[in-house]
Amino acid sequence: MRRGITVLIAVLAATTILLSSILVYQWTTKPEKDLILATTTSTYDSGLLDYMLPVFEEKYNVKVRVLSVGTGQALEIASRGDADVVLVHSPETERLYVDSGDLIHRVPIMYNDFIVVGPPDDPANIEGLSNVTEAFIRIAEAGEAGEIVFFSRGDDSGTHKKELSIWDMAGINPSGKSWYLETGQGMGNTLIATNEGFSGKSGYTLTDRGTWLSMKNSLDNLVVLVEGDPILINPYSGLLVNPEKHPEVNFDLARKLIEYFISDYGQQRIANFTVGGEQLFIPCYGNAPDAWGTEEEEQAAYEYWGQPEFDPPSGFFVVLEETSIPEFKRDIKDGKSKIILFYSILR
Amino acid sequence: MNEIIEGFFKAFQLILSLDPEVLNITLLSLRVSGTAVILGSIVGLPSGALLGLYDFKGKQLVVNFVNTMMGLPPVVVGLFVFLLLSRSGPLGLLDLLYTPLAMIIAQFILATPIITGITMAAVSSIDRTVRETAISLGATEGQLIWTVLKETRMSMLSGIIVAFGRVISEVGAIMIVGGNIRWYTRALTTAIVLETRRGEFALAIALGLILILLAFIINMMLTYLQRKGERIY
Repeated sequence: MRRGITVLIAVLAATTILLSSILVYQWTTKPEKDLILATTTSTYDSGLLDYMLPVFEEKYNVKVRVLSVGTGQALEIASRGDADVVLVHSPETERLYVDSGDLIHRVPIMYNDFIVVGPPDDPANIEGLSNVTEAFIRIAEAGEAGEIVFFSRGDDSGTHKKELSIWDMAGINPSGKSWYLETGQGMGNTLIATNEGFSGKSGYTLTDRGTWLSMKNSLDNLVVLVEGDPILINPYSGLLVNPEKHPEVNFDLARKLIEYFISDYGQQRIANFTVGGEQLFIPCYGNAPDAWGTEEEEQAAYEYWGQPEFDPPSGFFVVLEETSIPEFKRDIKDGKSKIILFYSILR
Repeated sequence: MNEIIEGFFKAFQLILSLDPEVLNITLLSLRVSGTAVILGSIVGLPSGALLGLYDFKGKQLVVNFVNTMMGLPPVVVGLFVFLLLSRSGPLGLLDLLYTPLAMIIAQFILATPIITGITMAAVSSIDRTVRETAISLGATEGQLIWTVLKETRMSMLSGIIVAFGRVISEVGAIMIVGGNIRWYTRALTTAIVLETRRGEFALAIALGLILILLAFIINMMLTYLQRKGERIY
């Protein structure tokens, strides 16, 4: 009996030593410097960051680690100091974190827009409407009539919040209605569900254009029905983690990353990024849409950020320009290795 | 339906071409889950044996606790480890969040109770008869323990197989603590979630097939060991 316990204690002690030595090893040999970017699924899953980041990584010899999560989670992670820089699209939620002092120097970077997608035969009869509030009223009517269902993200994401504000403007409270289905998942999964419909009824949903474009080939039962309402503008902001609250964040490099995005060069690259021939994001530093914020907020951002320059490392102009959504991202990697080759030839 | 067939072809293509990214993802999955299960065995096998062999006050409580932990939802474990390792958390100084080691820690927490629980059940079920026989044959305490453990080693291996199956297929925990960072903390399961979200169904199926293939090969090796052990005994 006593021997058994001794053996167990010895084994447990050995494990503890092993585990703690791994921890210490990991702790003391922090490999290269890296930067953690917390962002939303729409910027990463569309391929924009795979397109944008290699230039930055090459120039500053840094690894940007991308966390692609929901807007709510991205902001929360950053406010805990677990990321260095944020790129998200939910102005109201962003303000909460700016007001609390966790995140600072909010700046407009680019925008795209939301669209309403649904079945081509359009039982709710919303196709071509330029007023999304009217479209939502018709969707609710068709839903009540048992003809269609509406899929909501239901996950506090930027898209979900936009959707709720439109219901609000339409004077409808869809929560709990039998035609209103909350998936609680990301845009991709919600689009997949909408494409399938529910108990024989076709689905409608509100989506950002980027995710739609990158996925529409697998969504045979859906088409774009409503677009172009100014309410549907979807602005993306950059934010920095407050170094006074979290001194361990990589503030300088985080600042450089945003400077890259808002420099003339970065803005041009955002504009150049296409999926299937369509431009996904419209750069807007210096000319933010109203949905981004008030005049004062905009002025404050421009005052802090000014007009940063970004000189790309030589060799980068050449190859990377026609990258699109990757075939398991291989073309980008090939692109990068080509560039490195090109780069070394130049030198 | 087409996506499934396409997925099969894609899986073949990815395996045959030794796609560097898929290789990276697969190796990470293996490394993380393998390490978690090895560490889980180091802790779980002796604790399970001890719990099975000896009676003590409050044992029933410990046994219930271990059995409950066997069914822990991975997401909860992930969130727990995340809060622990977060820069705002108690172990934030270690800077372990979004590293493979953080993933190992989460999977270790998932694997250990399974190995402990199955070992415990096997040892206590074999305990009485073997113990009585051994004692009647004049075995010492040490010989007794050795005999019981030798009798149960096949069940222990089963425990390890089950634990490995659980962690290699788990996505909730490593998604939260690893962050699914490309080239760094992206495992097979988190890559499958990403590609599904992106609408790349065929690719997601292909990665799923690679995962199944991997689990199959590893189980085959472990079962081979198990069979061989039985024959010798």
